[in-house]
Amino acid sequence: MAAITLIEAVNLAMAHEMEKDKDIVVFGEDVGVNGGVFRATDGLQAKFGAERVIDTPLAEAMIAGVAIGMAAQGMKPIAEIQFMGFIFPAADHIISHCARMRNRTRGRLTLPMVIRAPYGGGIHAPENHSESTEAIFAHIPGLKVVIPSNPSRAYGLMLAAMRDPDPVIFLEPKRVYRIEKHEIEDNGEEYPLGMCFVDREGTDITLISWGAMMHETKQAAEKLAQEGISAEVIDVATVSPLDIDTILESVQKTGRACIVQEAPKAGAVGSDIAAEIAEKAIMHLLAPIGRVSGYDTMMPYYRLEKQYMPKVEHIVEEAKRIVEYR
Amino acid sequence: MTTIAKFEVKYQQYLDADGKLKNKKAPAIAKDFDKLKELYRGMALIRQLDTKAYALQRTGKMGTYPAATGQEAIGVGFGAAMKDEDVLVPYYRGQASMVMHGVRMEEVLLYWGGDERGSDFQNEKARQDFPIAVPIATQSLHAAGVAKAMQMRGEKRVVFTEIGEGGTSQGDFYEALNVAGIWNLPVVFIINNNQWAISVPSEIQTACETYAQKAIAAGIDCVQVDGNDMLAVYQASLDAAEKARNGGGPTVIECISLRLCDHTTADDASRYRPDGELEEGWKKEPMVRLRKYLEANKQWSQEEEDAMQAEIVAEVQQSVDNYLNTPVDTPESMFDYLYAELPERTLAQRELAIARGAK
Ligand SMILES: Cc1ncc(C[n+]2csc(CCOP(=O)(O)OP(=O)(O)O)c2C)c(N)n1
Repeated sequence: MAAITLIEAVNLAMAHEMEKDKDIVVFGEDVGVNGGVFRATDGLQAKFGAERVIDTPLAEAMIAGVAIGMAAQGMKPIAEIQFMGFIFPAADHIISHCARMRNRTRGRLTLPMVIRAPYGGGIHAPENHSESTEAIFAHIPGLKVVIPSNPSRAYGLMLAAMRDPDPVIFLEPKRVYRIEKHEIEDNGEEYPLGMCFVDREGTDITLISWGAMMHETKQAAEKLAQEGISAEVIDVATVSPLDIDTILESVQKTGRACIVQEAPKAGAVGSDIAAEIAEKAIMHLLAPIGRVSGYDTMMPYYRLEKQYMPKVEHIVEEAKRIVEYR
Repeated sequence: MTTIAKFEVKYQQYLDADGKLKNKKAPAIAKDFDKLKELYRGMALIRQLDTKAYALQRTGKMGTYPAATGQEAIGVGFGAAMKDEDVLVPYYRGQASMVMHGVRMEEVLLYWGGDERGSDFQNEKARQDFPIAVPIATQSLHAAGVAKAMQMRGEKRVVFTEIGEGGTSQGDFYEALNVAGIWNLPVVFIINNNQWAISVPSEIQTACETYAQKAIAAGIDCVQVDGNDMLAVYQASLDAAEKARNGGGPTVIECISLRLCDHTTADDASRYRPDGELEEGWKKEPMVRLRKYLEANKQWSQEEEDAMQAEIVAEVQQSVDNYLNTPVDTPESMFDYLYAELPERTLAQRELAIARGAK
């Protein structure tokens, strides 16, 4: 057992499953010899050959479209989009075909495929490399959108994504690719998709987040504890379909909710969670729901990146405001 | 300066507009009259299907429908060149090749009649075929993916995919040719050049002399054929399939035809079609020319024509009846094919839809 990072965990999961399932093929730009620009596919080509770990020409619509064709034949492609900012040429295929195929053929053709993309801000990347646009895909029925927050979850959720009979968009928060290591046994045990994780139990407020922001959120919970506020922390992990029951259960217990996301506030996954809480648990609330998020602006270039990103103190501040609300 | 590369685009026509064999080196199909009769019947069937579909739309019994009038030789020709185990990745004007590859006519009608079950092809031959692609040119990439899977598994199967000439302006088409070339994929790209993309003529679509030559930049073979000449379409498709099946890689076949109908039932081509084009076009259409050829070879008579037409009318009518007699799907069917398992969160909506539907 070795201590590995989130990106190594993604790699480990792929290697594990490719060993067992010959139908899995990995492809994308620079995924071969180079192992991907972030090294998510490092060593896979050497291990499984260029037949199964394929460097494609530079064309995202092609990557997604070809994956659809292969998956319809029962193969299990894992397509890498180099950065989520470049997923949009592929979005037509993801939204207009990938999500819809099972439904429009009444189950005759299904697409067991994974589209992986590094996403989110915080690494001083150039323009179009830092946005958090998970809501675009979370809005689409027929897709599953999964965002691991740490190495163990990356390993378990990636395994589940590869085994899922339906298309999964697997978004990797690249800011936390290497921020921490977990001891992971390569035992092939998956974490189920569509399930939240309760990372910390508490009684005064529920903090709900996913992806990279889980790190700030957990730190905020720690700070709050020092000030005598007991925060429950939920990692949503699968932003679509949402496991709203776990969230509602927690909010019904604590009576307070604060959602933390890196994405802009409007039309977001956080909006959906807030609406669900308002619809189904408002009578349990002791205070209005709070949201800590990015601004409804462009993701700025990196000199202003820090200004955009929600920080631990913002979460603490908002949580305290909610807890102290009378 | 020196020339470092040179290219040419070949054109093939066997039967001229009068049904005369122009080309001395005619392929075996020119003497395979049983096969030719089958192909002729295929065209007649599609024309009758289109006629009926139009009538259904006009009488409010079906939604928008794109006929393939005048282009029947294309879909019937390449559809007939496909083997059962090959995969078809069609576009919306693809009813001819779809029916040739086993899709039931009532399924075509169901699809355009607004019922998803129209893409749940029941015939074993078509089980792996793609449903119609509406977003233009996306199908070219799916075809490449299907071909990639076949190639990786060492299967001797071929993918056929069709696209309109307007669709070849899309990036997806170029991306598909490019990757098919690099990977030497067993895929045949059929361009239905019916000379119109709704109201947009070729002059506005491309500066190329041919659409076939788009293949050249991708390093793959191409040919342009008279798309109203069944012999040319069928033979080119057969050759391309044979080549692909044996590891020879992809081919682009541009079939020159003319859309002798509106773009769809929602279109009125008289707004943009130049005077006289239709009259001229009908003189070159594919059915009459093959019939003349068969007659000239004493292979077809008025009696046979009448008998065939009667059969076809009955066959299409049966499909229409089957379509019209298919009850509307249940409200919960909206939910039942979203995922292998419906998310917990959506279960309540499914119940709601059932309750509302029962009222
Ligand atoms: C991506 C996309 N853009 C626009 C349309 C709307 N549209 C449907 S058919 C058509 C013209 C297509 O012409 P062509 O490719 O030549 O094929 P044809 O219909 O003539 O067979 C257009 C613009 C569409 N279906 N998909």
